[in-house]
Amino acid sequence: MSSAVDSALDKALKGPGFERRIARRNLKDRLSRYGVTFGGIGVIFSVLLIMFFLVYVVLPLFVPASVHKQGSFAIPGQVADKSLYYGVDEYQSSAVRFTESGKMIGFNMENGQIAFEDMLPIEGHKITAFTIVNEIQNEIAFGLDDGRLLIAKYGYKVTYPNDKRTITPNITFPYGEEPMEIADGEITHLAMRDGESEMKIAYQASGSNELHVKLFSKTESMLSDTITLEEDSSGSVASDIQAKWLLLDGSGRNLYAVDEQGKTGYFNLSDPESPELQQTLSLMKGDEKPTVVRFLLGDYSLMVGTDHGQVYQWFPVRNANNVFELTYIRSFDTGSSAIKSIAIEKNRKGFAITDAAGQFQLFHSTAERHLNTQQVSDKALGLTILAPRANGAIVETSDGQLVHYEIDNEHPDVSFSSLWGKVWYEGYEEPSFTWQSSSASADFEPKFSLTPLTFGTIKAALYSMLFAVPIAILAAIYTAFFMDKSTRQWVKPSVELIEALPTVILGFLAGLWLAPYMESHLPGFFAIFIVVPFGIILFGYGWTKVPKVIRQKIPVGRRAVLMIPVVIFLGWFALQLSTPLENALFGGDMRHWLTYSAGIDFDQRNAMVIGFAMGFALIPTIFSVAEDAIYNVPSYLVNGSLALGASGWQTMVGVVLPTASPGIFSAIMLGFGRGVGETMIVLMASGNTPLMSVNLFEGMRTLSANLAVEMAEAEVASSHYRVLFLAGLVLFIFTFVFNTLAEVVRQRMRRKYGSL
Amino acid sequence: MKTWFKKGEHWIWMSSASVAVSVVLVFGLIAMISYKGLIHFWPHAVYEYQLKQGEATETLVGELRDTKLKEFKNPQTGKPEHISQYLVKMGNRDLYGIDFRWISGSDLISKEEKLADNIVVIERYEYGNVYGWLNQFAIDGKTYQGDKDIESILAEQVQKGSDLHAEIKHIEKIEIGAVNYKLEQLRLDEKRLRANHEYDDEAKVKLAQERAELQKEFEQHQAEAQVLYKQLDSLGELTVKVSGGQSMQVPVRKIVEFWQPNNMSFGEKVGFFFHGIGRFLSEDPREANTEGGIFPAMIGTITMVLLMTVLVTPMGVIAAIYMREYAKDGPLLRTVRISINNLAGVPSIVFGIFGLGFFVYIIGGSIDELFYGYALPSPTFGTPGLLWAALTMALLTLPVVIVSTEEGLSRIPRSLREGGLALGATKIETITRIVLPMATPAIMTGLILAIARAAGEVAPLMLVGVVKLAPELPVDSIAPFVHLDRKFMHLGFHIYDVGFQSPNVEASQPLVYATSLLLVIIIVSLNLGAISIRNRLREKYKALDN
Repeated sequence: MSSAVDSALDKALKGPGFERRIARRNLKDRLSRYGVTFGGIGVIFSVLLIMFFLVYVVLPLFVPASVHKQGSFAIPGQVADKSLYYGVDEYQSSAVRFTESGKMIGFNMENGQIAFEDMLPIEGHKITAFTIVNEIQNEIAFGLDDGRLLIAKYGYKVTYPNDKRTITPNITFPYGEEPMEIADGEITHLAMRDGESEMKIAYQASGSNELHVKLFSKTESMLSDTITLEEDSSGSVASDIQAKWLLLDGSGRNLYAVDEQGKTGYFNLSDPESPELQQTLSLMKGDEKPTVVRFLLGDYSLMVGTDHGQVYQWFPVRNANNVFELTYIRSFDTGSSAIKSIAIEKNRKGFAITDAAGQFQLFHSTAERHLNTQQVSDKALGLTILAPRANGAIVETSDGQLVHYEIDNEHPDVSFSSLWGKVWYEGYEEPSFTWQSSSASADFEPKFSLTPLTFGTIKAALYSMLFAVPIAILAAIYTAFFMDKSTRQWVKPSVELIEALPTVILGFLAGLWLAPYMESHLPGFFAIFIVVPFGIILFGYGWTKVPKVIRQKIPVGRRAVLMIPVVIFLGWFALQLSTPLENALFGGDMRHWLTYSAGIDFDQRNAMVIGFAMGFALIPTIFSVAEDAIYNVPSYLVNGSLALGASGWQTMVGVVLPTASPGIFSAIMLGFGRGVGETMIVLMASGNTPLMSVNLFEGMRTLSANLAVEMAEAEVASSHYRVLFLAGLVLFIFTFVFNTLAEVVRQRMRRKYGSL
Repeated sequence: MKTWFKKGEHWIWMSSASVAVSVVLVFGLIAMISYKGLIHFWPHAVYEYQLKQGEATETLVGELRDTKLKEFKNPQTGKPEHISQYLVKMGNRDLYGIDFRWISGSDLISKEEKLADNIVVIERYEYGNVYGWLNQFAIDGKTYQGDKDIESILAEQVQKGSDLHAEIKHIEKIEIGAVNYKLEQLRLDEKRLRANHEYDDEAKVKLAQERAELQKEFEQHQAEAQVLYKQLDSLGELTVKVSGGQSMQVPVRKIVEFWQPNNMSFGEKVGFFFHGIGRFLSEDPREANTEGGIFPAMIGTITMVLLMTVLVTPMGVIAAIYMREYAKDGPLLRTVRISINNLAGVPSIVFGIFGLGFFVYIIGGSIDELFYGYALPSPTFGTPGLLWAALTMALLTLPVVIVSTEEGLSRIPRSLREGGLALGATKIETITRIVLPMATPAIMTGLILAIARAAGEVAPLMLVGVVKLAPELPVDSIAPFVHLDRKFMHLGFHIYDVGFQSPNVEASQPLVYATSLLLVIIIVSLNLGAISIRNRLREKYKALDN
């Protein structure tokens, strides 16, 4: 070698320049190692983040309520003067206390400082009855000892003097400050409802056991804001119940009179001129006595507190004879001390109780959840009121204190039982699985049962598996085992091509083409299941009679190509049979026959359409994995079996299938997993009604389609939003478990044959 | 026969038939979509039907769209009989109220189909097609009569009209669009200044000045457009006679195109067919997406998919390199690998809700609070949009890219890596110079599969940024050119929306088939491309292994 080359090499491989280059390269290597490691872990982490995020969103649903004491102070005004009602503003900064003697005491919720103390305009008369007309609007009414009635409304004004929020309570008298005359004598019991255009009042006057009902129509004066009431009709009914509580429900049609033993008269006021007794019953079990009776939000359910610490929920339910009956729904166990007071939430079906043992407890009725217990004092408690947004409460204690609590209770309406169990919703005839997430009315009871959705999901997946599994597995067997190489080369990718087809196209075809077509050719589709298999076997047997010269032209490995025209013909033939079959068996219209003769409901977009359309979409998933499993069965096993004289199919059943069965199992699992998560096909072709019926001719709503329909409209961080995320989490876990199972089985199998 | 069954021959026949069923279903489906999608562009013949209406006869002119047999009981014999029913598209929606009508074969006076001679079909910007005969054409007080004269002048005027429409569209969409965009920016500037308490007199004057300039520009453009509109109005008016003897005025400015399907030669029909396809691909949708083209949906899909590719490529490749080249093999890595594999099987809608909850509400909401606080409460990024859609789809397709890249990396023989290291290359040099170039086809396969999946996926996009009608394209000529915060249209969602939410299902169905066909073509060709790359790759490594 020449010295010039040597010196050039020396120069390149030695000296500071070389060292620097090496150092630079090593640094680059190290940096990129860190970079790749960091990036790789980051990506993997972000992928796993999905699951954690779903859990993060769902978790608050199951967090119990937390209650913090905000402060306590002496009850403003005279303690001996019994409180009837507290009006609290939305920010919980001020409140007004209404007392039995007719006082209105406004005070600061932070320190109890009295802001004003006024008298109701009752002109020296005594308040003998009190009722809450509208809990949400803080409308209350007082019955007086001279048979007159005063209606008051608590409200507040928010002003911002000097950029500081100031709240001034504001008590108004929507029907005038002058009490209106309704009864002849002292009003002892009062219940009323104030509607858009009319007002209904039920009352009992002293010395009489008659219940009176009066209906007033409201007219708004054109000139001023005042509303005048005009008596429309009135009626009365004798009652043998010494009522202690009188309650008129939200519709104004049902009146309940409850005596101190819990005996209850349920009166129907549909015709206010002649109220009638519909039912007499006891609201108690055993020897308890009611201590509080009041409505839940929506004024439909009766909440009855007893001296044994139970709260019973009752509401009218339509029975078999189409008559409403007051029915026991559920109970809440608060301990063993007498219930002193029940307060309700003004936007949900939650309530709070206070009892004789000094406890304040939070519940939710639909979800049957006990959310929190606070030991307020060691003596009995008095009245409690929940703040308008259910984020606070005030509780009276027997030693004259008013305790203010702050409540953090975001999602009381969801519990395990309300998500998965049967729930008896207000107005329903029996406990049911229902999904109905939203409605226009404010006192709506959301129905978050995931059961019908899960049921629909599994129904859709199962029906489509019914179609997909036989075809996919048989096709996989043939393609992997019998088919010759050159045909296999194009058949396999073409079947796998289905997987790439956008499901929105399949859904569109299923919903707009297949569904109506199937409806008009229903018998034909059933005929397919008989005609096609029999036709194939007949054709196969007939093939043995064909001259050998022709038979040898198509070896076993090419039979699939031969079958293409046969299958097309058989399918066409089966559909042609539709009308003759329909005329012969179903009186000319199968749909009509199904509905009227067989009593089976029929929807155009039904499980059968889904079965075909989604089954089609599942074929490639199952086919591909099963085909791989069969194809990878070692050939010496096959050859051994064939050499021992077994036929092709006998080898298949005896040797190949047992060996490949884990792979086929994992193929079916994967197919099922995909069927569970498929969205667009079900969204477009299933009708999307959350039903719980296995009927082939009815639709369903799946978890995934439900997400697609409702997710965009759900209010962020609401219970609905979180329940939808829970549905997503259920889907996620479902598919994840199925796929993992399939994957583990497949890997184990691969290892096993790797060693063979 | 017994031995035939015993040998299980019938099962072999059944299994071969299953393959045939699958193949028939795939190709039948594709054939059906192709036929129904393409037939939409073919100039349909227009027929004349004579109908009995009690004593009188009614003439109906239109395209035959569908036939079905309807069964009914003959009242005299009591036996079921079949009667053909024809769905006829008769157009002239503003005159008849409906443009599709089912007619019964029993009402037809003559059974054979009669072509309507010299009928003209006019496509309008509003109210669908007109079917009728040319009667006269009036322009500037001059009237033309006689088919030939009308045709030549009409063709000329319609051409002028469409040029004017294009010009107006340019002014309204691009020029005025730009001005509006700047005005909106000024409004936001003002809000920002106010929020920062920097809105002093100087800024006020400056903003007012800029606003005035833009206003002037705006008015100028509007004036230009007005002039063009005037010109459009003066292009003349066509009178056509429609079936039923009425005549109808169609001003040229409302005409998109006109043709005489029954007078066309085959060559002309082929020309019209391709012209129709071209228009379908390049025009905006009209009439609540039931007419016109799908250009914005195509652009939306492409933009989203490209952006997704840009995001998913580095993520997927780096994760795969880490897992294959750097991470220690062990149970942990195996678990991670299985999880990533399984993520490909997680329902796409779950990615959708993740995108909505995490990207849109949490990340987008935070971005808005940090950088776009002045625009609140109207959200900038805290609402579904292009960026979030692309990110969600990137996450959705990430497993595909990771798995396929890893597979590619694992196929590269160890000897090559060792050779690189033995020659003194550092690890990263071996990876970037030897391993990655050889794995490129595998990465490409993964990317193509990812693109195909993203192009066809609809469910998650419904939550994170797709809308039925986007007022603006997500890419345009105004900086920053790609508008990450905009909502966009998408072919798959277009199918869902037009097929299911459209008020006029019959009119929109052909369009849905055409859109489906386009989507199928895109996705099938992407998949075939991926398959061919994969096959070539396998061949290549077979050679290496030996």
